[in-house]
Amino acid sequence: MSIVVNGKVWKFGDNITTDYMAPSFSRYLPWDQLKPTILHVHPRFPADMQPGDVIVAGDNFGCGSSREQAPANLKQLGIGCVVANSFGRIFFRNSIAVALPLMACPGIDAGFEEGDQLELDFGAAVARNLTQGTEFRGNPMPPSLVDIVSAGGVLPLLQARGQAARA
Amino acid sequence: MGMTMAEKILARASGRQVVKPGEYVTAQVDRIMAHDNTFWKACELLEEYGTGLCDPERIVAVIDHRVPALNVAVAEMHVKMRKYAQKYGVKAFYDAGEGICHTVLPEKGHALPGRLIIGSDSHTTTYGAFGVASCGMGLSEVTYTMATGENWFRVPETIRFEMTGKLGFGVTSKDLMLHLAGTFKSEVAQYKAVEFGGPVAAALSQSDRITMSNMGVEIGAKFAFFEADAKTVAWLKPRTTEPVAPFGPDPDAVYAQVYTLDADGLEPQVAVPHYVDNVKPISQVGDVPVHQAFIGSCTNSRVEDLVRAAAILKGRRVKEGTRLILIPASREVLTEITRNGVLATFVEAGAMLSPPGCGPCGGGSQGILGPGETAISSTNRNFKGRMGSTESQVFLGSPETVAASAVEGKITDPRKYLA
Repeated sequence: MSIVVNGKVWKFGDNITTDYMAPSFSRYLPWDQLKPTILHVHPRFPADMQPGDVIVAGDNFGCGSSREQAPANLKQLGIGCVVANSFGRIFFRNSIAVALPLMACPGIDAGFEEGDQLELDFGAAVARNLTQGTEFRGNPMPPSLVDIVSAGGVLPLLQARGQAARA
Repeated sequence: MGMTMAEKILARASGRQVVKPGEYVTAQVDRIMAHDNTFWKACELLEEYGTGLCDPERIVAVIDHRVPALNVAVAEMHVKMRKYAQKYGVKAFYDAGEGICHTVLPEKGHALPGRLIIGSDSHTTTYGAFGVASCGMGLSEVTYTMATGENWFRVPETIRFEMTGKLGFGVTSKDLMLHLAGTFKSEVAQYKAVEFGGPVAAALSQSDRITMSNMGVEIGAKFAFFEADAKTVAWLKPRTTEPVAPFGPDPDAVYAQVYTLDADGLEPQVAVPHYVDNVKPISQVGDVPVHQAFIGSCTNSRVEDLVRAAAILKGRRVKEGTRLILIPASREVLTEITRNGVLATFVEAGAMLSPPGCGPCGGGSQGILGPGETAISSTNRNFKGRMGSTESQVFLGSPETVAASAVEGKITDPRKYLA
């Protein structure tokens, strides 16, 4: 059982920090004020973004703080998945926790142009560039992590445990 | 075959004899730390799900990120925190003014060697200075762990930094860590555990080790360890009734990589905007006027740091046009510097004092930067917009460098002010 996601690529560079995805001042802003600040380091993002689009990035995507708003904001924008050369480790965990599929694969940023179509098999850790006909592999996800993302994140899992305990 | 500190702790916590890098384990967590950005929210979720805490004894809750409450919205969060701490019987609840979470948790005896601790803050790697496997997690995972007492972990590879030579006069572990980040860059420890070793590590005081472990996350580290030795045990023993013993890697532990870092001849270092690994020796920083000098944060605002900074400020004044802000890392630190004359030195030099807490470090309060402003700071991160306006700039240095820069109104080598 896996999770397969397909979408149009937005390209980002190296060291995209969690401050770019969830600035401190934006923490308690309403969504319509917060939304335009997300990853606005890219001139056309998020204004031109469509739900289902995906991100391909370079090194150290999501470096910085442990704030979960970073992947949560991407998810709320409708980003389907993030594929990068490497991730800040807390961002990686937080993405799984909020059910944002992702994959790390060194050098993958050279394999995608903005506007290409990407397909990611999250569990198998295989990303395909459907536009260019190429394939990239990361480290397969253990079933427990696929379960978390399938459930919609750790909180739905916790909620289910609470309900089961009361049943 | 021997295990590294990370492997030993994850094995113990997951009930295994041996674990190897790359394995996924489910581990019992000894302590879960949450602060005023997360604790109340986690408790609200648990209430909504009808789930209790795994064990109130394992929870540490701290109000530190915005202290004291700066508006009604923040005050409401603090009110909720107090309510939930009481409702759930969390004894290790440290209210506004007690200090920064990463300073208080060890002070109160929770960071015992060999433990596994998670916290709702990226600088949770700090407790690695006590031989603790500790890392930051986000709200959902902290909530999950508060309820269940456990979480998944991928056993990281461990890399070791053998630190050789000797730190020169006026050069500190902060300079050493900045030098490390600048040399090896911000991904050298990506998803790996770090062990700081070698004669320099052994020679550092417990306080100076804290600075380096604190910044472990800035080089990507999952855990950032020092061996817990006699110094560590002596520091912790008065603060706990639990047994405290030294803890380190097995002599035949296997490391993914061993790096050498030489402290000989090192100048004070400065991280220049806007990345922590964008580091220069201070002699190469050039003429940088500063509007704000900040001595604070979990990185460098303990008694030893402030004593050394005060030595530079004594009998001098902060330059006109530059603000110096002092935020002691905890009530314990503030109490000590009130007694030993250090606080008086800061005040007489013209420093502003704010209550123990995170202050402006992460953009919270007590010294936010406006557009066009430049700060020199004893903190751990200088990303664009971190301390305020996206049109401000933050340089990082040791508390001594910050103090000397406050006196001259520009980034200054502190050694000219040291005997």
